[in-house]
Amino acid sequence: MNSIKISDFVKKYTMIIVLIVITALFAWRTDGAILLPMNVSNLISQNAYVFILATGMLLCILTGGNIDLSIGSVVCFVGAIGAVLMVNMHVNMWVAILVMFVVGTLIGAFQGFWIAYVRIPPFIVTLAGMLAFRGLSNVVLNGMTISIKECESFVNLFGGGANCYIPDFFGGGTLNITCILAGVAATVIFVALQCKNRVTRAKKGYENTGMAVWLCKVVLLSAVILAFTYKLAQHKGIPSVLIWVAVVILVYGYITSNTTLGRHFYAVGGNEKATRLSGINTNRVYFIAYTNMGFLAALAGMVTIARMTSAQPTYGQNYEMDAIGSCFIGGASAYGGIGTVPGVIVGAVLMGVINLGMSLMGVDQNWQKVVKGLVLLAAVIFDIVSKRGGKLIAKN
Amino acid sequence: MAKILLEMKNITKTFPGVKALDNVNLKVEEGEIHALVGENGAGKSTLMNVLSGIYPYGTYTGDIVYDGEVCRFNTIKDSESRGIVIIHQELALIPYMTIAENMFLGNERGSKYKIDWNETNSRAGELLKTVGLKEPPQTLIKDIGVGKQQLVEIAKALAKNAKLLILDEPTASLNEEDSRALLELLLRFKKEGMTSIIISHKLNEVSYVADTITVIRDGATIETLDKEKDDISESRIIKGMVGRELSDRFPRREPHIGDVMLEVRDWNVYHPLYSERKVVDNVSINVRKGEVLGISGLMGAGRTELAMSLFGRSYGEKISGKILIKGEEVQLHSVQDAIRHKLAYVTEDRKGNGLILSNPIKINTTLANLDAVSSHSVIDKDREYEVAVEYKEKLKTKCPTVEQNVGNLSGGNQQKVLLAKWMFADPDVLILDEPTRGIDVGAKYEIYCIINQLAAEGKSVIMISSEMPEILGMCDRIYVMNEGRIVGELSGSEATQELIMSHILKAGSKGE
Repeated sequence: MNSIKISDFVKKYTMIIVLIVITALFAWRTDGAILLPMNVSNLISQNAYVFILATGMLLCILTGGNIDLSIGSVVCFVGAIGAVLMVNMHVNMWVAILVMFVVGTLIGAFQGFWIAYVRIPPFIVTLAGMLAFRGLSNVVLNGMTISIKECESFVNLFGGGANCYIPDFFGGGTLNITCILAGVAATVIFVALQCKNRVTRAKKGYENTGMAVWLCKVVLLSAVILAFTYKLAQHKGIPSVLIWVAVVILVYGYITSNTTLGRHFYAVGGNEKATRLSGINTNRVYFIAYTNMGFLAALAGMVTIARMTSAQPTYGQNYEMDAIGSCFIGGASAYGGIGTVPGVIVGAVLMGVINLGMSLMGVDQNWQKVVKGLVLLAAVIFDIVSKRGGKLIAKN
Repeated sequence: MAKILLEMKNITKTFPGVKALDNVNLKVEEGEIHALVGENGAGKSTLMNVLSGIYPYGTYTGDIVYDGEVCRFNTIKDSESRGIVIIHQELALIPYMTIAENMFLGNERGSKYKIDWNETNSRAGELLKTVGLKEPPQTLIKDIGVGKQQLVEIAKALAKNAKLLILDEPTASLNEEDSRALLELLLRFKKEGMTSIIISHKLNEVSYVADTITVIRDGATIETLDKEKDDISESRIIKGMVGRELSDRFPRREPHIGDVMLEVRDWNVYHPLYSERKVVDNVSINVRKGEVLGISGLMGAGRTELAMSLFGRSYGEKISGKILIKGEEVQLHSVQDAIRHKLAYVTEDRKGNGLILSNPIKINTTLANLDAVSSHSVIDKDREYEVAVEYKEKLKTKCPTVEQNVGNLSGGNQQKVLLAKWMFADPDVLILDEPTRGIDVGAKYEIYCIINQLAAEGKSVIMISSEMPEILGMCDRIYVMNEGRIVGELSGSEATQELIMSHILKAGSKGE
């Protein structure tokens, strides 16, 4: 049953291997600073918006390499509306959250309509959105900053800042016991699901991956979950924003891999004509991708203002680029049809680790951008050239 | 005997799994019009692609001797530099550029850094005069008709100093008048010493202009007819084109034909871009339960357009007519509607319109009927796997596992996956568009067996094919289609290739 070879394994998990190597490199260069509990916790809090946006962006990219440039502006605009509602108009927090989600989703639906049904190229529609919503954010905020420090429960709910952690119900002192228990629970559920899946496949006589490879994978991933939660427990526990990120990853991971809707995204990106002739409404698929992008941009907007404890007209700049970059680094195809949520998350973590590592090493901000740009280019070159069978230059 | 300008010796070209050309020989004299005729898929275009360097030297075997020299063309540029210019059936003009710009595209006048527009336009004007086109060179291509565009293509070839002009179906999209003008132009060129090769299905035109006719069938040269010495009447040419033995290439089937399953009445479809062009013209057809119905015709006869417009209006504009399923009128406004009414359309273009090449067999198999393997929109992946394996075994698809990407399969196996996909959608009527195009003989036989089995299960199969032997060998009844119209209906027993051809030609010569 050793049908899956080591080389396939390496190919499949290239980015994870790259991630491990780069983390090790930074751990060495920063004398282990990057692995300090505080920094691991920061990695999550700082990059929460990237995880959320990259997941939404994946759906757009799956439909055929289409991107959404407007999300940075939408994040800012939704955040601005929320801040104005809660601070200036003293609206109830839950009402404000609802309004923010509705506004984000409507923006997505508006752009999605032009893209899906009128077939205006996504680049144009979302470029227009990028300009318009940046301008509107300024209008809503009157060009000022609104502090939302007094909206404590909102900040605690979405934040990853100073005190935005899940409280320890067991009072464990320096080690957050709630966090440890959550980690153990997650590991147990993960292992149980993996075993169940393997047993059913064996029972039905399906092909299974080799025992050694499977064990390797389960043990490694369990170790990662446990080590990760242990680090968090050593700091202050689970940042509340991690809950949101986890929910987004799990829900969208499930949708993309297990539902008919998810299958439609891959099909449209793989061959739109064939998909249409298979009786699938392709316009609807595009529409859902962009509407959903607006919804997730709203969530990212909440996360952003909660972490900053304020809303400013400049927030969210280049967020779209972080999301797009994570998708491509995480193995999404620039032509659509290929890419997974876990892959994209690995891409986002890789970007986060590079950011954090270079900051800890004291590398200049501008050089950080150069490095990130080169990493993105290298990842896409790797993807396209390997698909062409290793030939670097395309046939004329 | 005049000088031989071009000789292609023992050209053999293989594609994965198919031998497209098998020791083909072609001799063209200087200053003649040489016609290349044969059925669709006989290898005419492949031969011309070898000649023009689209298939570079080394990808075929054999020699090309041109103007007394053995030539090794690696790109189109190489062959054009020797004066061999090919004009393809699909015009390669850019609509939003002027006639002059199109004529010198890739061959710009002036220097590398500055295009000389005066020279471009005046030279274009001269060449337009030569081909008899009275349009200013600054006219945009989109503003002139197809007939004139064809003349621009010829002028473009002249701009490249063509010595040997190859025209692939030059009159396919032209009306009678424009076709006549084009043929006269070729005859005039001949007087001026130009050599031409013309590929055409319109045998009356071939008889009219050609000095020599080479017949190609199944990738091999069958015969060369000389105007001076041989009979070059249409019926003589047809005999050469189709004269092959029908042996046991088709599995036998006892037909059990039931009631009318699908009936189409007065179906009209217009071209989606050129809205005044009618591509399906007042077609009425029906197919019965358990019947294999053939639709025969040449390429461009409107068969695919008919099929796709029936399949949930996935092609065409201004569609009118009635569809009746089991005697009841139905409205099929979308592919979803068509699938719901148990129609399936298996495309001729399996890579472009049929399969997702980057996805595994199992995902392709269930795509048209995903709901059957899912509950509440959640896919049961185990069930999906089982379905894929079941069809893989039923259709004898050769693949290591159903997890294999479809793009890595051979043409025949891809076709089986495509069939599996539509069989899993559980249709009553299957429209198979060129189901055996580009696959080898063994796989063809297996596809024929599947078709017979479907008919035996009581499905209605509509088979569109350009390969006449296949239509004759498989079908219970045959419609002949030409220029968007049904021009004949034959029972399987009375039909012969000659009869089908004569129906097409009769309709063709009646003209517009």
